[in-house]
Amino acid sequence: MKEGKMELIKDGKRLSGRGFEELRSIKIDVGVLKRADGSCYFELGDNKALAAVYGPREMHPRHFQNAKRAVVKYRYNMAPFSVDDRKRPGPDRRSQEISKVSREALDPVILRELYPKTAIEVYVEVLQSDAGTRTAGINAASVALADAGIPMRDLVSSVAIGKIDGEVVLDMDAKEDNFGEADMPIAMIARTNTITLLQMDGRFKEEEFERGLKLAMNGCRKIYELQRAALVEKYSKSGNEE
Amino acid sequence: MYKVVVPGDFISTEVNRAGDGTYVEDGNVYALKYGVVDDRGTIKVVALSGKYMPVNGDVVIGKVVEISFPYWIVDIASPYEARLRKSEFGRGENIDFGNMCEYLDIDDLIVAKVMNVDVMMRIDLALKNEFKMDGVGRLIEVSPTKVPRIIGRSGSMIRLLKDKCNCFIFVAKNGRIWIKGSSADMDLASQTVMKIANEAHTSGLTDRVAHFLDSFKSEKG
Repeated sequence: MKEGKMELIKDGKRLSGRGFEELRSIKIDVGVLKRADGSCYFELGDNKALAAVYGPREMHPRHFQNAKRAVVKYRYNMAPFSVDDRKRPGPDRRSQEISKVSREALDPVILRELYPKTAIEVYVEVLQSDAGTRTAGINAASVALADAGIPMRDLVSSVAIGKIDGEVVLDMDAKEDNFGEADMPIAMIARTNTITLLQMDGRFKEEEFERGLKLAMNGCRKIYELQRAALVEKYSKSGNEE
Repeated sequence: MYKVVVPGDFISTEVNRAGDGTYVEDGNVYALKYGVVDDRGTIKVVALSGKYMPVNGDVVIGKVVEISFPYWIVDIASPYEARLRKSEFGRGENIDFGNMCEYLDIDDLIVAKVMNVDVMMRIDLALKNEFKMDGVGRLIEVSPTKVPRIIGRSGSMIRLLKDKCNCFIFVAKNGRIWIKGSSADMDLASQTVMKIANEAHTSGLTDRVAHFLDSFKSEKG
């Protein structure tokens, strides 16, 4: 969070013109990569993320194999050109942590025990970043996993809530994130309200936390509907040719 | 039109009809995979992508990737490698680790049957009578989930393909398809197979493919 002050709410609206409970615009394309087993391109406002899933396939190195279940590998990576100041390429502390928590957000829905000794590899590339890239990455990865035909109990949807100028808001952009007071990314199974990821940076009052959680649940449900619609559309359009 | 479902979609409350590609929770049947629902008989979700999982008795096309006495290690387009024991060539043959490559060398393609899959996912293969493919014809690879569509109900689609394309076509369970014929015939056959794979989720496919093949024939002649 940067030092200094900035007015983030004007006339009851946010700088982007959104209301407090409004998501940014979302675009989802399924199966964009030909050589991957499953893939998804996900846009959340100015965030652009691309997810590719490979597998289940043989696990290398072999000593990381699990004899009972598949191992999920998740790599979150930011392109050097995805942010204003060039990001030094390659994994760093931040992206390693995000890879770990994102993997754990998706683990509970994947039926890993059906594919012992294998690896399911998820690669998420952030092409453009505007706060909330880990949530965009998880949304993309979840759709890409389904596209790869991997058995899953449900889709995972993810969104962040935050606090700006003392107000709890849904889905912050970079300005709000930098000058806001708190940020809380959440991933969940929308149908059952099962939370699979929850992180918090900054402070919420107990009552604000409860309110934020409700906002996130509504947000995730909306995202889930879009994820589902994108998947259904892939197999509805190509059928009516000729 | 088939109904498309995504993982977690509610399908039915008839728990005792739940089949492949579904799971049961709190007395409801939900989809486990992204695919289309087939509710003739048991309720199944047929995925439209995914890897080949070996099952006893499947006939597959494999590629030798390694020779490791007394086995050939065979890639069968699955997350797991299969092995073929030297005794598959009969007890009379005198095979030792020096001359294994004379029987089957690396990169050789074979038609084999899955004999056994154990809990550790070790797969044993058995050779089919005419197992050697000898580099004749073409091999194309599609997702194994599309194989039932390429064969069609009681073989209707594959019969159509063989008739119209004038080719020998062999569809293995792991999604590898062996085509033998003249160059032009093989072109048409592989094009048609890819069309079937791309439209596997649509209904009335056999009729559409027949139409496609007829129009191709009339264009040419």
